[in-house]
Formats: sequence, C-alpha cells, structure tokens
Amino acid sequence: MNFEGELMNLKDTELRLGLPGRDEEQEKRSCSVVKSNKRCRHESSEEEGSSVTEKNNAGDGSDDQDNVPPPAKAQVVGWPPIRSYRKNCVQQQNNKGCQERSDGAEYVKVSMDGAPYLRKIHLRVYNCYPQLLEALQNMFKCTFGEYSEREGYNGSEYAPTYQDKDGDWMLVGDVPWNMFISSCKRLRIMKGSDAKGLGGCL
Amino acid sequence: MNYFPDEVLEHVFDYVTSHRDRNAVSLVCKSWYRVERCSRQRVFIGNCYSISPERVIQRFPGLKSLTLKGKPHFADFNLVPHEWGGYVSPWIEALAKSRVGLEELKLKRMVVSDDSLELLSYSFPNFKSLVLVSCEGFTTDGLAAIAANCRLLRDLDLQENEIDDHRGQWLNCFPDSCTSLVSLNIACLKGDINLGALERLVARSPNLKSLKLNRAVPLDTLQRILMRTPQLTDLGTGSFVDEPDSEAYFKLKHTISKCRSITSLCGFLEVSPHCLPAVYPLCSNLTSLNLSYAVGLQGSDLMKLIRHCVKLQRLWILDSIGDDGLCVVACTCKDLQELRVFPSLPFEAGPSPVTERGLVAISVGCPKLHSLLYFCQQMTNAALITVAKNCPNFIRFRLCTLDPTKPDADTMQPLDEGFGAIVQSCRRLRRLSMSGLLTDRVFLYIGMYAEQLEMLSVAFAGESDKGMLYVLNGCKKIRKLEIRDSPFGNMALLNDVGKYETMRSLWMSSCEVTLGACKTLARKMPRLNVEIMNENEVEFNLDDAQKVDRMYLYRSLTGKRKDAPDFVWTL
Repeated sequence: MNFEGELMNLKDTELRLGLPGRDEEQEKRSCSVVKSNKRCRHESSEEEGSSVTEKNNAGDGSDDQDNVPPPAKAQVVGWPPIRSYRKNCVQQQNNKGCQERSDGAEYVKVSMDGAPYLRKIHLRVYNCYPQLLEALQNMFKCTFGEYSEREGYNGSEYAPTYQDKDGDWMLVGDVPWNMFISSCKRLRIMKGSDAKGLGGCL
Repeated sequence: MNYFPDEVLEHVFDYVTSHRDRNAVSLVCKSWYRVERCSRQRVFIGNCYSISPERVIQRFPGLKSLTLKGKPHFADFNLVPHEWGGYVSPWIEALAKSRVGLEELKLKRMVVSDDSLELLSYSFPNFKSLVLVSCEGFTTDGLAAIAANCRLLRDLDLQENEIDDHRGQWLNCFPDSCTSLVSLNIACLKGDINLGALERLVARSPNLKSLKLNRAVPLDTLQRILMRTPQLTDLGTGSFVDEPDSEAYFKLKHTISKCRSITSLCGFLEVSPHCLPAVYPLCSNLTSLNLSYAVGLQGSDLMKLIRHCVKLQRLWILDSIGDDGLCVVACTCKDLQELRVFPSLPFEAGPSPVTERGLVAISVGCPKLHSLLYFCQQMTNAALITVAKNCPNFIRFRLCTLDPTKPDADTMQPLDEGFGAIVQSCRRLRRLSMSGLLTDRVFLYIGMYAEQLEMLSVAFAGESDKGMLYVLNGCKKIRKLEIRDSPFGNMALLNDVGKYETMRSLWMSSCEVTLGACKTLARKMPRLNVEIMNENEVEFNLDDAQKVDRMYLYRSLTGKRKDAPDFVWTL
C-alpha cells in the first residue's frame, strides 16, 4: 500500500482535533478500513503533544507497516483521556511485551477474485461475523448475501472463504467465532461460481 | 454583635477545618473575617491565576500550608499547548520575601523550576512537606536542593511528574542528620538511583510510613529496605522481577510476610507474574491496591491476587482484569469504595476485555462504591440503570468508552437514559464525566437532577446549544465545566454571562463558539479572564466570525496575566 500517494491528498492530512472521518458517517461505525490518511493525521496531530506515543506506533519496524497493528478506531488527540505520563509508561511496557508475546495478534491476507491486489486485515479487531463481513463488503465493494448453514451465502456474486490451519478452504461462518479467529490463516472472497462447492447453490 | 473575645472565636474556628467552611465563616461579619484570616493556616487556591500571591499572603499571614493548581484539567490529555503557563515561581518568590512560615506546599499541574525548588528549600526553616502532582519543568538537581536544605523534611511526594533525571547523586544530598522522613515517593523518576544512599536514608528514618520506589530499585534492594522498615504502612515496589527460584526472591517472601502493617500497596512498574505470590501474605490487610502500571500481569494473575484482598476499599487496576476479574472483585471486596479501571492497550487494535458486564457485577457486589473511573469497550443503558439502582452513593462517576461516540451496545441508542438514571439516583453526585453517543437529552437530565454537581466533563456529546444551556441553568453548584468537540456555540455561551463568576472555570475546545462571542463575553465580564488559544497561529486572525479552537475562561481578581505566551490571547 503506497502511503506516500495518500500524503499528497492534503485535505486528508489536515490537522483536526475532532473525530476524523466525521464527514463519512459510515466510516465511524466500520472498524475495518484503516485509511492511511487517518494514520498520518494521528501521527501529525500527536506530535503537538509532548507524549511519545507517535514514536511507539512507528517504532518497531516502522518501515514494515505490517508489524504494527493499525488503530481500529481512528485516533483522536487526547482520547482516551488518560494522562500522558500514564500513557507513556503503559505503552513503553506494551512495546516490550509485544516482542515477547506470540498470541496470534497478526494480520491475515484477504484476496478477492479479479481484484488487482490483496488487502490485509487484523482479525481481532472484530467481535463477530457480521462485523467482519460488513468490513469485507465495504473494503471490496461487494455483497455476500444471507448466510445459512444449509445454503451458504445465498443471493450474491461473492462468498467469503478462509484457509484454515490444515490448508483447507472453508466457508466463513460455519464454526463459532473464536474457533474461526484462531484457525483462520487467510481469507479469499470467491466468485459465486467457484464457491458453489463450498456452500450450495448460488 | 460579638460577645466572645477573639481568642474564643479562634478556638472555635480551630474546629472548622474544611476550606469551604472557613470561607463561609469569614463572610459572616467583619470581626469573624478578621479572626478567621489571622488564624487560617491552610489555604487552597484552585486556580493559581485567580489571585495574586501577594494578596493571599496579606490576607493570611499565618499561612503554613498552601495548595495550588495551575493548568486546566484537559492539559492532562495534551489539549493545552505546552508553555501555556502555570508557573509557581511568582508564588515561591512572594512567599520567600514575606514572613510566612511555610511548612507545606502542594502543587498540581504546575511548572516548577529547579531555581524555585532551591529558593523554597532555603527560605523556610520549618518546611516539612512537598507534594508535586503532574508537574514539570524541574530536574533531580532541584530535588537535591530540597534534600540538602530542608532539615525537617517529612514528606517528599512526587506523583506522575515529568522530571528530567540527571542521574546524579541527589539522594546523597540528604544529610546524615536528616531522620525525619515519614513519606517518600520517587516512583516517577525514570533514571537510576544510588541504591546505597537509598538504603542508608531509609535506615535512618524511623518514622517512615510511606515509601514508593521507582523502576530502578530491584527486588533485592527492596528486600533489604523492608528489613529496616517493619513499620511501613504504604509500599510502592519498584521493579518486581526475578527468577522464581532465586535466593533474593526467597528472602523477599520471608521479609514481606513480616510486614504486617502494610495496608496500601502499589508500584509493580515492572513485574514478573511468578513473583507476585510474594505479596499474598499482605493482601488480607490491604485497604488500597494500585496495580494500574503493572502491564505485565494478566487477568488470571490479578484474579488470584485479588481473591485474598477482602478488606480492599480502593482498587486501581488495568482493564486486563476483564469482566471476569471484576466479578471476582465484586465477590471479594465488599468494602470497596473507589474503583479505577484504566486501559492497558489504549491504541492496540484488540477490544478491551472490560464491558458493562463488569460494572454491573461490581455494583451488585460493592454497594459502598462512591468513586468510579471506568474505561471500557462498550456500555448499555440497561447496565447504567442497574448500576444507578444498586449504587446510589456515587460522588464521582467517570465513564469512558474507548470509542467516544459509541452507542448502547445492545440497542444502538444513545446513552442518555443510562446517565440520566445515574444523576437521578445519585443525589450526592459531585463529579461526572461521560462518553458514548449522547444527545441533548442527557443534559436535560443533568440540569434537572444533578443538584450537587460541581464538575462536568463533556466530550463529543450533545446536538445543540440547548444541551449546554440545560447544564448552566440547572446545575446551581457547578464550578468546573470542560467541554470538547461538542456542538455548543455562542447562544449557549452568552445566555447567562453572570454564571461564570460563580464558577472556577469553563473550558471549550473544538466547539462552535466564535471569536466575536468571546469578545462580547470578555467585554461584559471584566472580572473574567477569557483566554483564546488558536492552533498553529501566532497572529490572531481578527475575523469575529471565526471559530475559536480553544477557549478557557476563569474568574480572577488579578486581571489579564502577564506570563501568557504568544499563542494565548486574553480578550
């Protein structure tokens, strides 16, 4: 993802104290898409404060954006309201801890048939299937239709699938959410015709 | 009409201790004013710019203990530009010049220089107690001066300050003759400490009751210190890290088990979970526990610890405790009065494990709860209504959803009804801080029911001027109102300008208030300082229709302050 390209869009880097994305109502509720402009705004708006949090986010592996989970909600100056002193102490310790932890707080690639490039999302941002599916639909501008155990995703061109630990391709939605989270290795949005075998008639 | 000689009045006034009561006493008549002011020893100044130090000294010649607050509260969250002000030096200089026998100084959110600390240290021979909370601008050199020159130093309490640590030998500056320490809190120091000097200092302080160490103090030093301080009641550990089978850890376990007086425990700025069991013997006596910096502890570690803490009254914890952990608290800590749950991963992508479920459990298990600060992933009206019913004794209620405009997680409605229930049920509520999706309705409730409310914090809430008007018109006792990112504008601001003289201060940032309205307000109310701070602008655009980024107004008897930086414009 070319963040430099986004930087040229000056409006998006405009410093604001208010909630970013206020103009785009749906963005507020969608916790998936991390617009690069929001990250830039976060970094530049945090700089005016004396906290070191902007360093933390850019810190470990700043060039490789993949190592740093993006903010699920866009960052706002002074929110959540905790003292800088406390914020710095806790984040310092977190960064140390992150290097030691391996709790699967990782990204998964998402591909869509016919799309020119892949995306990456951070699964643990979501609490349930509807949130994830809404995010995917927004990200790729497609619809999945109604899920049913018997028929899979009925009534749409696309269906969300995932590859599990065993390497098998499964339909998203069949297993309990927590099980899905821990076994999902990558996602693929399949075209209807290809997904036929996975869920039933489309 | 006064039949008592002054000495009798003075004696009676000795029993009147709270600032407010003494202020009330002083208003009764001239002779009561006179007796009160001459006998007053403790003075509290909530806004250092509201009055000049000279006037305070003139009125209270017997001043021994002074508390000063500087920057507005939102400075804690980086909303106030650096260099805004809040300098303590004029106060210390004025006090030093006078004949005041200062003994105690407590400062919050102020800028303190090493020079001021040095001046303080040798100007007052009876100086005993220095408490600095969220201050900045000084280094360990200033602390060295305090250590060296304050012969009778009893308290040195540094809470969450930004201190430039020169890693010097400031602890060595306590002379060998200094044996008066009762309370020492150096937890916020980032650098190394001369451990030997610390141990020697502790060894010659038989009255030491409260000791809070910084991260540089390792486990084995802690053990040696605790051997010397069996009378300690308040302990803040430094680094609590070691191998579980080490000799130091073994010794520590043994030593700690003998410290039966400790009732308050904090610190764990670095902690290995497997070392935590060493403090289990203390738990059953603890009334106060602060683990809010102990990032290394998981929910399971916390639960195991808290199960022993049956007498706990005050708990500060990270949200890693989770809803399940809060259920354990609810079952165990029946005397709980104050709870603070802080976010452990503020900008991480994962959701917080604390939701409304934990709060409801607490409200069921801990009916004595009166002070709450609760950071959570989500909240519901139903939960707040339940909490309001179970805990009608709230004095302070501060709730923060990590997404500032998040609606009721079940119904997707605004949280108006929930907070409305809180203010309606908790008639003694003095401080309220809200978040989540909120319309004007919540302010209607606040104006109607929150009769004792003194401080209100508003962020990303409301729909129109009506919201702010409900509060200003309804809350007779409101003293501090701070608002950010809410659609309140000129109409609300100018509706009742006289109200602001009954308050300490009003903060509005990223609202709809324009420069013209602020000018009008400043013109009508000469005894208010109306400060405007605009982002990125040194020269102020003179267009009255322009919205102001930040406005801070406060009542003051001194007029426009002379130390304001370029970006602050007092109208």
